[in-house]
Amino acid sequence: QLSLFRFTVKRPFSTSHSSVDSKEIKKFQLLAHKWWDEEGEYAALHSMNDIRVPFIRDTLLSMSSNYHLGNPLSGIKILDVGCGGGLLSEPLGRLGASVTGIDPVEDNIRTADQHKSFDPVLAKRIQYKSSSLEEIVEESMETFDVIVASEVVEHVADLETFIKCCSQVIKPEGSLFITTINKTELSYVLGIVVAEKIMGIVPEGTHEWEKFVPPEELERLLESNGFSVKTVSGMLYNPLLGSWSWVESTSLNYAVHAVKAGAQSHTTDTPPETDIQQHSATAGTA
Amino acid sequence: LGHDIHFHDKKIALLEAGPRKEYDHMPDSYSNRVSSISPGSATLLSSCGAWDHVCSLRLKPFRRMQVWDACSEAMIVFEKDDLDDMGYIVENDVIMSALTKQLDAVADRVEVFYRSKAVGYTWPLSSHSCDTSPWVQVELADGRRLQTKLLIGADGHNSMVRKEAEIKNIEHHYDQSAVVATLHLSEATDNNVAWQRFLPTGPIALLPLSDTASSLVWSTSHDHASELVAMDEESFVDSINSAFWSNINHSDFIDTAGAMFRSVISLLKPSGTAVRQLPPSVAKVDPESRAMFPLGMGHATEYVQHRVALIGDAAHRVHPLAGQGVNLGFGDVACLAHHLSAAAFNGSDLGSLKHLLKFETERQRHNVSLIAATDVLKRLYSTTLAPLVLLRTWGLQATNALPPVKVRI
Repeated sequence: QLSLFRFTVKRPFSTSHSSVDSKEIKKFQLLAHKWWDEEGEYAALHSMNDIRVPFIRDTLLSMSSNYHLGNPLSGIKILDVGCGGGLLSEPLGRLGASVTGIDPVEDNIRTADQHKSFDPVLAKRIQYKSSSLEEIVEESMETFDVIVASEVVEHVADLETFIKCCSQVIKPEGSLFITTINKTELSYVLGIVVAEKIMGIVPEGTHEWEKFVPPEELERLLESNGFSVKTVSGMLYNPLLGSWSWVESTSLNYAVHAVKAGAQSHTTDTPPETDIQQHSATAGTA
Repeated sequence: LGHDIHFHDKKIALLEAGPRKEYDHMPDSYSNRVSSISPGSATLLSSCGAWDHVCSLRLKPFRRMQVWDACSEAMIVFEKDDLDDMGYIVENDVIMSALTKQLDAVADRVEVFYRSKAVGYTWPLSSHSCDTSPWVQVELADGRRLQTKLLIGADGHNSMVRKEAEIKNIEHHYDQSAVVATLHLSEATDNNVAWQRFLPTGPIALLPLSDTASSLVWSTSHDHASELVAMDEESFVDSINSAFWSNINHSDFIDTAGAMFRSVISLLKPSGTAVRQLPPSVAKVDPESRAMFPLGMGHATEYVQHRVALIGDAAHRVHPLAGQGVNLGFGDVACLAHHLSAAAFNGSDLGSLKHLLKFETERQRHNVSLIAATDVLKRLYSTTLAPLVLLRTWGLQATNALPPVKVRI
């Protein structure tokens, strides 16, 4: 695993051990300057903040006992993987967290850095780095309290590697938040045909249906790599209102909250019985 | 906002053109600028701890409001069934003092620049990837520069913020000025009723300050207003008394028609007619307390723009006949504070249009109907033409008899 860090994003080919897909990088490079136009190509991601930020905030608040007035996430170190232009890093930073945002597309990091530079508070709380997840593993073992990978796993080349790396950089009992798109007929029709080709909610070509991840598979990969899945919630975008809401069904978009196993266990392939024991161990400390 | 828990690490600057106003104890005489504070506004003031200070300084609750026409016997009485107060008459200086005290309590978050004036604003460009700061730059008269994520314009009906932001304002100058004064009553009474009579020249209102004193707000033509302010005190007092008591504007026709309608109502709805109380008579006026100011109506076409919000008179200006101007402003404050608090708790950029537009929609919906209604009332009551008088007489009597409509008002 540790040899992966030598592969940088400048390589034109992707190996089966890297989680970064170079085709994906090219797609995002073209739109690197459009991140902060709230009514532009990334409008849906801007409005997704209205539900994903409270989701992260409230989950973390319910797990901790101290609350700093005005800075609910103060003292928490968050890694925002695939941070893009910093759309999610900035609100998390405003809520008091120390955020490290990484993205393989250098232009995205440049946009993010420039945008945060005007706010003296955010400039100190957020650090951006142009990098893939594997590249920071070596220097960031068990460093972060929280990892956020929002709208990212449907773009990675190798999901299992990605999750393994998450497990390495996150502290025991740390939280992992993922939002992504399910692989269903509905998500093909609505998520690609309608959203990209017809309504232009998402820039065309952004998503490939083949890479969508069903929640069952995500759960399986998480559980077999030392995480315990706590919450799975469906999300729905209303294009008329331009707003997101929580729904029962996960057939389109969904969010996952998982917690890494406690310090008792380091092995990644734990048999189911010990999983249950860990469930109750983490439940006791939550 | 300084007292909001989600704003604990935010910084707020308040630019105030006037000097600091704080009272430890009240001066004996009353100020001639008072406001009628609704219970809703009182709740807002108590949520930041200012209402307690107001109560400890000086205020007058009133239980009842009687509004009647000079051209007929029609009258409407507002009263709360439970013995709650309908509203409070509070001097503006008292409110300022209470707020100043509460601002001191959060001085680490809110910095008040007294006697300061903004002379220029630089607005952020709408393009998102430029090199200049995306915040609003404010230049003060003394040369200092401030920059902010959100600029709130609360600078009155001639708002410079609104003008500089190029927000169009629909305005109309009424041909009226309001005369204010502090009056002393002929005899001490349980002064807990607010009185308003619609004269053809404009409404005259008596707002209770204490058992022996009331505040006058008389809206009338510019010429008449100047006369009133200039005339000697005795004549002034006589004018007030005759305005409230005289019946010269009545006509037999209207009186009969009104009486007929009233009997119809008392058949259909026995409790629909109320006993007419007599307003107190005035003995003298506080010297130096007479003043006048012109009246107008205004409404900004937009309350918000990227990084800018308008509240209070900067956004809307009404005729004092409904006593609602300041309460609309307080309503704006409560609404904007609510949305900003939620935005802060979500980590949003405070100047973002998303939540500012929610504030605008909510308040415009509420304000426009009230502003329009006030304007209509003002015009309706400015005439002695029989058909309109009849219309408003019957309308007033009907409204008086219908509880649901009255409660909405």
